[in-house]
Amino acid sequence: MTVMKGSAHTFGDNLNTDYVISGKYKFKTLDMNELAKHVMEDIRPGFYDEIEKGDFVVAGENLGSGSSREQAPLVLKAAGISAVVAKSFARIFYRNCINVGLAVVEADTSGIAEGDELEIDIAAGVVRDVTKDLTLEAKPLPEVMMKILSDGGLAEHLKKHGGFALE
Amino acid sequence: MGTISEKILSAHAGKDVSAGDICIVPVDFMMSQDGTTGLTIKAFRQMNAKTIVDPQKYAIVIDHNSPSPMEAVSNIHKEMRQFAEDQGSIIYDIGEGVCHQLLPERGHVLPGNVVIGGDSHTCTYGALNVFATGVGSTDLAAALVTGKIWFRVPSTIKLVYDGTLPAGTYSKDVILHMAKTLTSRGATYKALEIYGSVIDNLSVDARMTISNMVVEVGAKVGLMPCDARTREYIRQRTNRPFKGVEASGSAIYEKVIREDLSDLPPQIAKPHEVDHVVDVDQVAGTELNQVFIGTCTNGRLEDLRIAANILEGKKVAKGLRLIIAPASKNVLLDAMREGVIDKLVKAGGTLIAPSCGPCVGTCNGVPSDGEVVLSTANRNFKGRMGNTKADIYLSSPATAAYSALCGHIADVREVLK
Repeated sequence: MTVMKGSAHTFGDNLNTDYVISGKYKFKTLDMNELAKHVMEDIRPGFYDEIEKGDFVVAGENLGSGSSREQAPLVLKAAGISAVVAKSFARIFYRNCINVGLAVVEADTSGIAEGDELEIDIAAGVVRDVTKDLTLEAKPLPEVMMKILSDGGLAEHLKKHGGFALE
Repeated sequence: MGTISEKILSAHAGKDVSAGDICIVPVDFMMSQDGTTGLTIKAFRQMNAKTIVDPQKYAIVIDHNSPSPMEAVSNIHKEMRQFAEDQGSIIYDIGEGVCHQLLPERGHVLPGNVVIGGDSHTCTYGALNVFATGVGSTDLAAALVTGKIWFRVPSTIKLVYDGTLPAGTYSKDVILHMAKTLTSRGATYKALEIYGSVIDNLSVDARMTISNMVVEVGAKVGLMPCDARTREYIRQRTNRPFKGVEASGSAIYEKVIREDLSDLPPQIAKPHEVDHVVDVDQVAGTELNQVFIGTCTNGRLEDLRIAANILEGKKVAKGLRLIIAPASKNVLLDAMREGVIDKLVKAGGTLIAPSCGPCVGTCNGVPSDGEVVLSTANRNFKGRMGNTKADIYLSSPATAAYSALCGHIADVREVLK
């Protein structure tokens, strides 16, 4: 996997998946490009227009808490986000991100500010804040997750291997 | 290995696994609802799959937007029905009830089972000694195709709730208290095992309220022991053989938390986080516009009965909207038979279809700007009920019913002697 480059969009703790994509939209359509326009709308209106393809969502603790809605990582991807970086993740969201091929990085994001330019090397487990000249060590992805992510997600993994190739 | 999770996953994996190990296990039952089935079907097709390994182990439930409030949703429902028909899966259409009520009620889950659902509150069936957890649509599709799912065996936190709940305090107050003490990330990735005299004395209905909300503290599963009440519940619903799974005496727990809940007062979760929990007296007097009694958390017969006993012969406060959603058709029928619905409607309650109702912000009671809602559901995030300019408080059905009478959040102990 290549090194990803983009701007950081920062959020706080406990950013739940209802905030990523609200129930009032996600039950009406399966068109992720349509839903992407409403990404984070209830807590940061207009966020969709701020994103440039390849950018990152950077958050505090417990990112993705709450609902299991897979629309959450899917709309982030459709909106142009290439990776989510947080101090810690809620478990269903973490797994869903990997399953749909959205990179997750667990690192201490305290020093990253809105708009900082980041370079993320998933394979090496390093986040570099170029703006602040800061290098952060990411907690390594569990091997199982790495396998699924490097295959491009769970559907791709299953097609490639004809079943689970995780043990 | 010795925790309930380790034992259930080991039995399913066909080898001994302990906390931290990766295993691939067959799944005993799967479910998705009208917010997650569409993506499950998409992922299924993306995997080039044609058939489900065991379609009778899969239930599709229309409950979150039920009956459909608009054509876009109707078309999603149509696709769900078509998929169920094509595959030979079970489908619960409008009016049957909420997914987490239907799976236990219709005998689809057994103690010792591994069950996954495309809904985060799948953990509800942990109250029946089931390793049950919410997953995303792609994990669910993979399980439909392969019959299996991979897990990292969670380590377990053991909770022991001793003492006797005082009058006015119910299982909902217990789980709100747990949310407060553990916080929304206090049990992330962990299995919970919940024991104690408090649990022993709860009905299965009441136990389900607690397991339902373990996801709100980040937990993977919320397991309770299989006892006589569990066995009776299951036996009333299915003849299939089962065996409860007990933790062994040598089980290793990450943490053991022991509390006596004999003095626990009614609890309220304040906007906009489930773990912003306080004793009811801290928010008593907060004016309310709408009260909602229902959902997978608190829409069962016992919940409606408790509310009806408080509301019987009285009327809700002027201008206060009370919405009642029985968790299933069977709950509705039982409640009608007992005169519970009569009491609730005469007191001013508006009955809606057995469904999730306004819990997820789609229909049947979206609040208006500036309104305050007291709900027996499991989440109160900003905008959860469809309006970011409304505030949501969470409580037990008893607190909700009495508060509806008063028109503001109130302490139900005032009317219970």
